[in-house]
Amino acid sequence: MNAREKILGKLRNAQTKATPGAPTTSLASHLAHHPRGPLPALADDLLARFKECAIKLSSDVLETNDRTAVPALLARYLDERKLPASGVCWPSLAGLPWHEAGLQVMPRPATNQDMVGVTGAFCAIAETGTLMMLSGAATPATTSLLPETHVAVLDPARIVATMEDAWDLLRNEYQQPPRAVNFISGPSRTADIEQTVTLGAHGPYRVLLILAPA
Amino acid sequence: MQNTSLQFKKQVTIKLADARLQDALSRLQSRFVGGRSAVIGEIDDLQATRTAAAAIRDRVLNDLEHWLLHFEQQATTRGAIVHWAETGEDVNRIVAGIAAQHGVKTAAKSKSMVSEECGLNDALELAGIKVMETDLGEYILQLAHEAPSHIVAPVVHKNKEEIADLFAEKHHKPRKTDIAELCREAREVLRPAFLGADMGISGGNFLVAETGSVLIVTNEGNGRLVTTLPRVHVAITGIEKVVPTLEDVTTLLRLLPRSATGQSITNYVSVLTGNKNAEDHDGPEHFHIILLDNGRSGLIGGEMQEMLRCIRCGACMNHCPVYQNIGGHAYGWVYPGPMGSILTPLLGGLEKSPDLPNASTFCGACSAVCPVKIPLPDLLRKLREQQMERGMKSRRETFLLKAWAWLALHPGTYALATRIGVRILSMMGGKDKLLHTLPGASGWTDGRDFPAPSGRTFREMYRRGAKP
Repeated sequence: MNAREKILGKLRNAQTKATPGAPTTSLASHLAHHPRGPLPALADDLLARFKECAIKLSSDVLETNDRTAVPALLARYLDERKLPASGVCWPSLAGLPWHEAGLQVMPRPATNQDMVGVTGAFCAIAETGTLMMLSGAATPATTSLLPETHVAVLDPARIVATMEDAWDLLRNEYQQPPRAVNFISGPSRTADIEQTVTLGAHGPYRVLLILAPA
Repeated sequence: MQNTSLQFKKQVTIKLADARLQDALSRLQSRFVGGRSAVIGEIDDLQATRTAAAAIRDRVLNDLEHWLLHFEQQATTRGAIVHWAETGEDVNRIVAGIAAQHGVKTAAKSKSMVSEECGLNDALELAGIKVMETDLGEYILQLAHEAPSHIVAPVVHKNKEEIADLFAEKHHKPRKTDIAELCREAREVLRPAFLGADMGISGGNFLVAETGSVLIVTNEGNGRLVTTLPRVHVAITGIEKVVPTLEDVTTLLRLLPRSATGQSITNYVSVLTGNKNAEDHDGPEHFHIILLDNGRSGLIGGEMQEMLRCIRCGACMNHCPVYQNIGGHAYGWVYPGPMGSILTPLLGGLEKSPDLPNASTFCGACSAVCPVKIPLPDLLRKLREQQMERGMKSRRETFLLKAWAWLALHPGTYALATRIGVRILSMMGGKDKLLHTLPGASGWTDGRDFPAPSGRTFREMYRRGAKP
């Protein structure tokens, strides 16, 4: 008998002893209905809530009504912080006027040398100020991970109230989750030394969210 | 990891006298206890959320076999390979086998308490594989050859001066004491390890049965790196970590980081499902999930099953007056504090950890803050009962408890004995009304004075209508 059968056998015996005829039909019905637990009561203005929470998590937030103005906003942000004016972006953002804004942004996955990574986001969650990213050929996970500055261009219409809403959005638009769903809530951090919070651990030092309608 | 909890009392004496540790522990208390209380109220209906979280865990534990089978089937459909391990040694053997199969020379590892149960790092080093811990705290401990002393903040027992010395010695760089500079130095040393590793090893905070996913929560980003860059990813976790649906895990995520570090959400929550497909630029080609039993299955269906609800937030130890005074190493194994005082005897044998069930004042702070409502003091009491039943108590303790039980059943004798007792103790109290030593209880009075009774028992005062 292998380990799998031994462990499952032990569980089966213990379960039968504790609750003879334990219901297993509830498993299928629970999966089919995937009920929600207690939810937070959020105010109607999801955008305001998202911005407030994102800033609390040390993300920087900029807004524009004109998507083509995103490169100029980013150029100024990088310049103010004396950061390099070059990086990589997701292919879907390759059409923005990066060059005109004085930036060198290449549409390819990030390597260790890239200092700025520009991504979109699948959606964002107002409850906690969080980005939801799906991995994929056109949405490489490294772009939000390896560079010291992560920039996410986000359509405000894609802000949902809770993570539960985000799961429903995922179920509506895809058959199944991709290899990696990453929820990002601000720059990477550690408090391992003397419980003192330090921004910039192994991931980005800063996260800039640019809210711009698609 | 070697279980040294038989040495508990000896360790406690050493830890209580360690001024640096005491300083570090007071910091932990203010940051984590204060941090939790600052954000836990953000949850609109905290009690309903805790009740729901406990019910989610119970749903799985009451039918663990079928939830595990569903998880395995979903994970396998998506291309993951699921392994089952009865013991820590089995985990080590399986990981070494995967490494050999894929020609792995180096591994980058994010924090995993289950791998500490197995002593995985030592086993892999023996198999010729270089393992690099990448969580900052675990990396510091690996350099110092020490064990974690807290399940969330593993290096809480060290201050920045000690870490500065360690980095200067091991990195051969000028000594830095600024915490941000120490963090940057570790980042720069570790980045090549992430990029060059053949294998990434992680734990798993939850397994989602609905999708066959492994979910990990991290702040540093190392968890994302080790599960994204290397061509092989091995996730190791306990069989009890299954949660039915994405909604269920979301309810637990509202509680876990708030209870652990006082964060509304961790920086990263990664839900990992299957291996990379042909078009993907990143992600592991091979995804292995190892499910460890190590004694957990023995708790199912029994009086200790509630312990398996645990989601490893550490709130019970942060709020425990015993942990706050002795730190994690004194407990002698992977899991300290109230949850460790239960898990260590349950997984490693009560006879190897006889002091742990007694390392509690039963103040109840642990169960009051537990996000999944584990009745920790009740479970500790059950372990104490088992010790009595199995004759594991000393002859002296057994005699005293029996004498007490007899006295409590004879009220007349009890009243007489206490009348005599309080008069003697009152006379012994002297001018400052404090007893500095008690015959037969020097262990107690070595650390504190015993306030002398007034000289009358409560019953005597009650009969006379006097205010006590």
